[in-house]
Amino acid sequence: MVSALGSHALATIRGLGDFTLFTLKSFQSALGSRHLFRRFVRAVFEQGVRCLPVILIVGVFTGLVLGLQGYYVLNRFGSESLLGALVSLSLVRELGPVLAALMLVGQAGSALSAELGIQRNTEQVAALETMGVSSLGYLISPRLLAALFVYPLQTALFVTIGLVGGSLSGTWLLGLQPGIYWSSVERAVGMQDVTECFLKAAVFGLLTIALCAYHGYNAHRCRNATGARAVSASTTRAVVQSCITVLAADYVITSFLV
Amino acid sequence: MADTFSGNPLLRVQGVSKHFESQQVLAGADLDVPRGSVVTVLGRSGAGKSVFLKCLAGVLRADAGSIWFDGKKLETDDRPALQDFRRRCSFLFQNNALFDSLSALENVALPLEQTTQLSAREIRDRSLEALRQLELEKFCDRYPAELSGGMQKRLALARAIVTQPELVLFDEPTAGLDPLRRNAVFLMIARYQRQFGFTAVIVTHDVPEALIASDRVALLEQGRMHFQGSPAEFSASADPVVAGFRDNTAVLQTSLAAIRSGKPIPMDDT
Repeated sequence: MVSALGSHALATIRGLGDFTLFTLKSFQSALGSRHLFRRFVRAVFEQGVRCLPVILIVGVFTGLVLGLQGYYVLNRFGSESLLGALVSLSLVRELGPVLAALMLVGQAGSALSAELGIQRNTEQVAALETMGVSSLGYLISPRLLAALFVYPLQTALFVTIGLVGGSLSGTWLLGLQPGIYWSSVERAVGMQDVTECFLKAAVFGLLTIALCAYHGYNAHRCRNATGARAVSASTTRAVVQSCITVLAADYVITSFLV
Repeated sequence: MADTFSGNPLLRVQGVSKHFESQQVLAGADLDVPRGSVVTVLGRSGAGKSVFLKCLAGVLRADAGSIWFDGKKLETDDRPALQDFRRRCSFLFQNNALFDSLSALENVALPLEQTTQLSAREIRDRSLEALRQLELEKFCDRYPAELSGGMQKRLALARAIVTQPELVLFDEPTAGLDPLRRNAVFLMIARYQRQFGFTAVIVTHDVPEALIASDRVALLEQGRMHFQGSPAEFSASADPVVAGFRDNTAVLQTSLAAIRSGKPIPMDDT
């Protein structure tokens, strides 16, 4: 029992070290990688443009629900005028970065992990290495750099469309004056909240895309599975670990910044 | 049988060993590859031929042994030497390892884009020339999945030769092909080897084709090179292992005759 626990702990620590080295080496490989910008733009397209619909849809519904729930709660205390503050602070500080990251993990992260797993299985990664091309620099670095750029942008879009959603349910459905709603938003959100929002988004982007890339890239090392099953298992592990990491990192960052 | 070749080989492999968990795949394999020659490594399925080739290419790290390329020993921590080796060497994978999200032209251009300082126009011209030489220029915008198996093999060869390597490693280039296509692949390798002058190491278990197409033959058995020599020496060898591998049709006939006459024969599941 103790032995099993110890070996599990050692394996976890080894895995964390391996993941950290993988991420650092990927950034280092970006320095010598040729035509990096072209692949960066492609990664921005994959993580940004392709994920835009899901970000917009989830963002507007999150805002709509927040508007509805917030209005009825605030109404009990006669404070409907603070609806804008409630929706905006919830979105900017917590829900925006977290939900946008989870949506991006579901769409871009899982696709990345599966793609890399298949590339590993079909020896495309080995082919790069035999050509003298760094597979980390070619496949991973542009994705990590794109995540640092795309996640904050997608989060900003998510928050913006969420605020519009909150406004729709608060003013259009429930009769609150639009001016009251938007002035409440303006008064509530400070620069520190926006900074916290972008910081969280960038950290979530880096962690989740690095995790998805790590699991896909190492699909051949998957225990108890090979081939298509290994790709499936590594993709599942990548998505689950990414989601948990987003929530855990959110708690850590919030506890330091609040 | 020990080989006495002692020239100035482009590639020299000494005592390469590799194991996976408890299974020893290579146990001190040696090989000399003379400059400008075609060397074929024969062996049974599962004998470790592909592992041997991947150790040469650096895809797998050997547990022990040394590899010398153009008179220089390749050390795992000598990055410039390894980069130089990879620049001068190409690897043709058994399943081609083409990038499925890139077109044929992009696949061929990739090693040039990533490892040379050539301009975009020069890269395009050289890639199209490689495709033209392999009669694939009409399909330059197609993706690998849209090409036939033979065309994919040619595309992989185009990608392998576009950097004008001195050494090309072929991992089972005829695996899963019918006899006519096998001949076509060996002819293709021979033609382009003459045209571009590269040195080739081919791993296969197609004995007749290998004997015709190669300058030298090696037989990998139980993790070591059991035989190295010319195709004529291989054909004339009286060594029971060589003979058993070479004359497999006769062995099959003898075994079938024994089964039909009711005599027990030992099973060999390797």
